[in-house]
Amino acid sequence: MKHLLSTEDLSLSDAVRILDTAEEMAAVGEREVKKLPTLRGRTVVNLFFEDSTRTRISFEAAAKRLSADVINFSAKGSSVSKGESLKDTAQTLSAMGADAVVIRHWASGAPHRLAATDWIDAAVINAGDGTHEHPTQALLDAFTMRRHWSKLAGTPSAGAALTGMRVAIAGDVLHSRVARSNVWLLRTLGAEVTLVAPPTLLPIGVEKWPCSVSYDLDETLARGVDAMMMLRVQGERMNASFFPTTREYSRRWGFDDNRLRALDTLGFKDTIIMHPGPMNRGLEISSAAADSPRSTVLAQVRNGVSIRMAALYLLLSGDTREPAGRPNTTTSASAETTSAHAPKESH
Amino acid sequence: MASQQQDAGTGAYLIRGAAILGGAPEDLLIRGGIIAERGLNLSADGATVIEAAGLVALPGMVDIHTHLREPGREDAETVETGTRAAALGGYTAVHAMANSTPVADTAGVVEQVLTLGRTAGWVDVRPVGAVTVGLAGEQLAELGAMADSRARVRVFSDDGICVHDPVLMRRALEYVKAFDGVVAQHAQEPRLTAGAQMNEGEVSAVLGLTGWPAVAEESIIARDVLLAQHVGSRLHVCHVSTAGSVEIIRWAKSRGVNVTAEVTPHHLWLTDELARSYDPVYKVNPPLRTDADVQALRAALADGTIDVVGTDHAPHPSEHKECEWAQAAMGMTGLETALSVVQHTMIETGLMGWADFARVTSTAPAAIGRLTDQGRPLDAGEPANVTLVDPAARWTVDPSKMATMGRNSPFAGRELPGKVVATFFKGHPTVLDGKLNTPYRWLPEQAELPGTATAGH
Repeated sequence: MKHLLSTEDLSLSDAVRILDTAEEMAAVGEREVKKLPTLRGRTVVNLFFEDSTRTRISFEAAAKRLSADVINFSAKGSSVSKGESLKDTAQTLSAMGADAVVIRHWASGAPHRLAATDWIDAAVINAGDGTHEHPTQALLDAFTMRRHWSKLAGTPSAGAALTGMRVAIAGDVLHSRVARSNVWLLRTLGAEVTLVAPPTLLPIGVEKWPCSVSYDLDETLARGVDAMMMLRVQGERMNASFFPTTREYSRRWGFDDNRLRALDTLGFKDTIIMHPGPMNRGLEISSAAADSPRSTVLAQVRNGVSIRMAALYLLLSGDTREPAGRPNTTTSASAETTSAHAPKESH
Repeated sequence: MASQQQDAGTGAYLIRGAAILGGAPEDLLIRGGIIAERGLNLSADGATVIEAAGLVALPGMVDIHTHLREPGREDAETVETGTRAAALGGYTAVHAMANSTPVADTAGVVEQVLTLGRTAGWVDVRPVGAVTVGLAGEQLAELGAMADSRARVRVFSDDGICVHDPVLMRRALEYVKAFDGVVAQHAQEPRLTAGAQMNEGEVSAVLGLTGWPAVAEESIIARDVLLAQHVGSRLHVCHVSTAGSVEIIRWAKSRGVNVTAEVTPHHLWLTDELARSYDPVYKVNPPLRTDADVQALRAALADGTIDVVGTDHAPHPSEHKECEWAQAAMGMTGLETALSVVQHTMIETGLMGWADFARVTSTAPAAIGRLTDQGRPLDAGEPANVTLVDPAARWTVDPSKMATMGRNSPFAGRELPGKVVATFFKGHPTVLDGKLNTPYRWLPEQAELPGTATAGH
């Protein structure tokens, strides 16, 4: 792997390797000294064209735990608006010697542009692009699900996929990069995905996706769900005729107290409730659901750091299991040097 | 301005053994701006001989849809560079779209474009007039003044923007009847395409790019053909891009509606799958559609439902394409690749012959624009607007070597068939041996006044 741009083209072996590496990184987070020297001397730039404090600090924590130097470049409200181009920004970062660029952008495909052009020769990690993908979110979701699924099965997480796990994702699929990344990754990992949404918030073409689609949350729950993921409803959708009112949305597609009780009534004692955050309590998820023992919201946040450590580690620290030799001399040469310092050579 | 040694009268050329419209080899003697003779074994009689065995002779191509960008965006293209590209592409006339800055919505601007075209001298530049003032879709521009101007505008279009107000569209269709004009509609329902980035379908769903649904084009075309029928006027539909639009136009023609339709070379070949690269060179309006649409468009062009190929040549400076997809400008260059792409998609597939090619690239577009001296048969006495093509040639598209200032060719790196060997404009070779020769020099009085116009202001 040279970049992490999407889960659509992530192979099963790469996905499992990231998840397994994240398990090892998670162990670091439980130590008293939560730090590895692996990326000492490497520079990671968090290039954020869109506000997202959560994702940015998660990447920042991940990079710092690997001892990388971190530069936070908030392009919103700086010289980078429509004036300075993505190209100029990328070339600037390149000139400063960035080894990895973690990019969050409002435009779908912006990370692909960075990776495909010669504007910058650094590893690119997509931290969410427009309504396209958010691969590290899907990976941390899968990581959270896998721990749960393996525990139920009584088997170790490492090396496992999500074969047979029933995952429902409910909400604004149309505008959700989280939903897209989850659909592809969960497909790759062998889970069975059902998308639940009002028809207005499903993209034309969703029928070709490797998942089921339902307009009825109760029916979906009744058929059995092992993980229920709620998506955030953005404020700007509320006045654009995607649904009549927030109350109607909440009644039909929100995970409210009735549906929380229904899980018990239906006998699904192990079903977890997930949300990528930030939550609209009382809209797509009730407080009781968000705070229930089924909720994995905080575990997801915690696991996010491990996943991002794994991604940075695998992209920057050498990926010995893959055929190397990309004509990327600076990156691969320095990667070899650095991997000599790496405490774990098993990847 | 046009004080040059050469004029329409002096050069004589004998094209020897060219397949006329792909038929049997014959000779064409060009002299005095016209085809003086057509036949076998013509005597050179002092004319420069062009050995044309294996070449196809076609009427000079006429583009119904070109963006020359001047005045206003001379960083993207000028009339000079755009018409050089046109000549190299085999064209002898282009219709310059109205979305310049200032907009071509007055007699003054269309006359300026006409004059720029005549000064350049590479092809006949026919200005298109805006339908509404400033392309704003609120108030009719002075269509009559543009029609009566030295530019003698007959094609009116707000291209780039749809005349979406049904009353305004009705009035425009009615009004242009007074001077045999045509409204060329950019069919795009604006509310259904707010923020649209690419074709709405399977690929947009995956890429997370806002969709431009086919229905936004089809609903406007359906409305417009009914309006055209109701008021008995002439409608031209720009850059038809969907299979559904083809069905509607086919239906309208069967009902006798006076509608013509255009397809671009890129919509005859490329699909929305290319957007997966997020490379904005594939961003265009209307967007690249699906393969089913491509096949329907090819069939429609072959059976005459679609009348013409229009390039929608849309050069952009590189900074408008070297960016995020959503930030990028829409449009592709096309003048220098149109012939080859149509050969590839229509002729080499067996859907059309060269006579059909002449119809869709010359005769029909000239008729829509009411150009009396273009799109004519290659017969004795006709104006010598002739394109010579080597259909066996193969070449690889390199945008950096093009005459257009635009580098935004979606065909970059592709190998294409067919090469323009020579272009004769009014009997003068603007292109010889596949290279730019010299421009045609209008007589000084013609540079100011169109040859056939009698009324000016």
